Amino acid sequence: MENILSFVYEYREAIFIVILSVFLGIEVISHVPAVLHTPLMSGANAIHGVVIIGAIIVMGHAHTPGSLILGFLAVVLGTLNVVGGFVVTDRMLHMFKKKPKK
Amino acid sequence: MDKFTIQKMMEFTLGDSVLEISYIIASVLFIMGLKMLSHPDSARRGNLLAAFGMGLAIVATMAFHTKDGEPIGNHLLILVAIAIGTVVGWLIAVKVKMTAMPQLVSLFNGMGGAAAALISLMEFPHIEASLVERTGLVNGHVLAILLGLLIGSVSFAGSMVAFLKLDSRLGDVKAPWIRYVNLVLLVGLLLSVAGIMIFGQNPEAASGFVYLMFAVALIYGVLFVMPIGGADMPVVISLLNSFTGVAAAMGGFLYNNQAMLTGGILVGSAGTILTILMCNAMNRSLVNVIVGAFGGQAAGGSDVGGSIKEISLSDSAVLLSYSQKVVIVPGYGLAVAQAQHLCHDLDKILEDKGVEVRYAIHPVAGRMPGHMNVLLAEADVSYDKLIEMDDINPDLPNTDVLIVIGANDVVNPAAEDDPSSPIYGMPIIKARDAKNVIVMKRGMGKGYAAIENNLFFADRTRMLFGDAKETLQKLLAEIKSL
Repeated sequence: MENILSFVYEYREAIFIVILSVFLGIEVISHVPAVLHTPLMSGANAIHGVVIIGAIIVMGHAHTPGSLILGFLAVVLGTLNVVGGFVVTDRMLHMFKKKPKK
Repeated sequence: MDKFTIQKMMEFTLGDSVLEISYIIASVLFIMGLKMLSHPDSARRGNLLAAFGMGLAIVATMAFHTKDGEPIGNHLLILVAIAIGTVVGWLIAVKVKMTAMPQLVSLFNGMGGAAAALISLMEFPHIEASLVERTGLVNGHVLAILLGLLIGSVSFAGSMVAFLKLDSRLGDVKAPWIRYVNLVLLVGLLLSVAGIMIFGQNPEAASGFVYLMFAVALIYGVLFVMPIGGADMPVVISLLNSFTGVAAAMGGFLYNNQAMLTGGILVGSAGTILTILMCNAMNRSLVNVIVGAFGGQAAGGSDVGGSIKEISLSDSAVLLSYSQKVVIVPGYGLAVAQAQHLCHDLDKILEDKGVEVRYAIHPVAGRMPGHMNVLLAEADVSYDKLIEMDDINPDLPNTDVLIVIGANDVVNPAAEDDPSSPIYGMPIIKARDAKNVIVMKRGMGKGYAAIENNLFFADRTRMLFGDAKETLQKLLAEIKSL
């Protein structure tokens, strides 16, 4: 029990952010029309590409050949997620532009 | 403290604060981007805003991030990796057809999951010695690493299976034993997390077990998605999407990195809500989707009476040309046949004859909610002609002809009439209210839900069999020759 409590105390800031972000995420998208579900999923998909920052950190401090290779791979995959995600979302949304009426 | 040390500390804090400020700005941009993405008018700007935030976070990390006073190294290699990812990602994203959108989202999602898993795999042996000395392996870093590994791998393997299934390179595997194996694997994985933390002495000793966990998590990811039917794939992708978000957030926890934490959790929670919204649109529970009861057992035992009545192309052409109000109900069959452009041609030619043409869009038409809108928008169909189900239903009794193209379950009256039907309660487009119904269909096959559709046997319904694309082409020619 004490372990758990000290654990919570030690990571209180992160826990705080997590809880607030959960509510924020729910609040931000709870009124989205069905039309936008697909682009929204795709956009959110691109945002979790933020994992690339972790990949850059790992890669930036890698010294052994093994970790360099894995780090390189992680950065490539992370970039794929970010770039592919945002470009596809933009392509989808580009089609939603209102056409001028004749 | 001598002058040099103080100066060094000043520099250190300066870069550090710039980094943190960049992360705050990036987080705000993510939140605003996501918010704007949920409104049609601002969606595109929202996406660009989030992309800008991401760029800012990446540049700031490269420039200012330090670990134990050591800045980021291997700059050149990192830039090469980013360049490769950018070119490949861009090309895939631009080249792929709009119908293939769902599998593409799944593919990119898997990449993110894999990156998260790799980070965990590499960081595990490098947990700070002082932390291990103080707490053993019972600390937040180990937990974050192990959960990141677990969730990232499941998301990667699952997304790849979803990708292959949507691309029709892999069929459904419905074996009852998978459910039990999955349960055992899941419990086993969670117990290993606890086991490593409690019994693990140091990272080196436990690393073998961690690799084993990695492998098992990959297998679990495959088996998790394997039995889930094609129609439920969008829900699964959305779920895996939020998994990857959580995996990214674990990285944020590990590095005490606020941009990763907020970005990841935001996607995790927004993705979960989105998943639930999608399930609601199909009137299914998430558990139901995951366990995969749908289509697995025999369909509801409703007796279907009446007979099928076909209609000829020329009769259809006449019927359509002399109507006043026509509603088109597009389904996935239309997308598969790549017939959305022809559909638009049909709508133009009818409009020229003074017929009012609109599209009735079911929330889950296509392969993902909103997918049909994207497909029709690609074919240049005007946005305000796409009417959502709830808005068009009351007007259907005044509709002269309703054309169902490649849709099935979304117009099945069993959802309203037959409590024993698996889709009972799902909101539908009330096609049977229209004065005449023409159903374009490949054959008498059943829809994804594998249920008979009474609509096809109704008195007002006429069937027009054939591939959607061919039939539309012929129909267009007929109307032109009138």
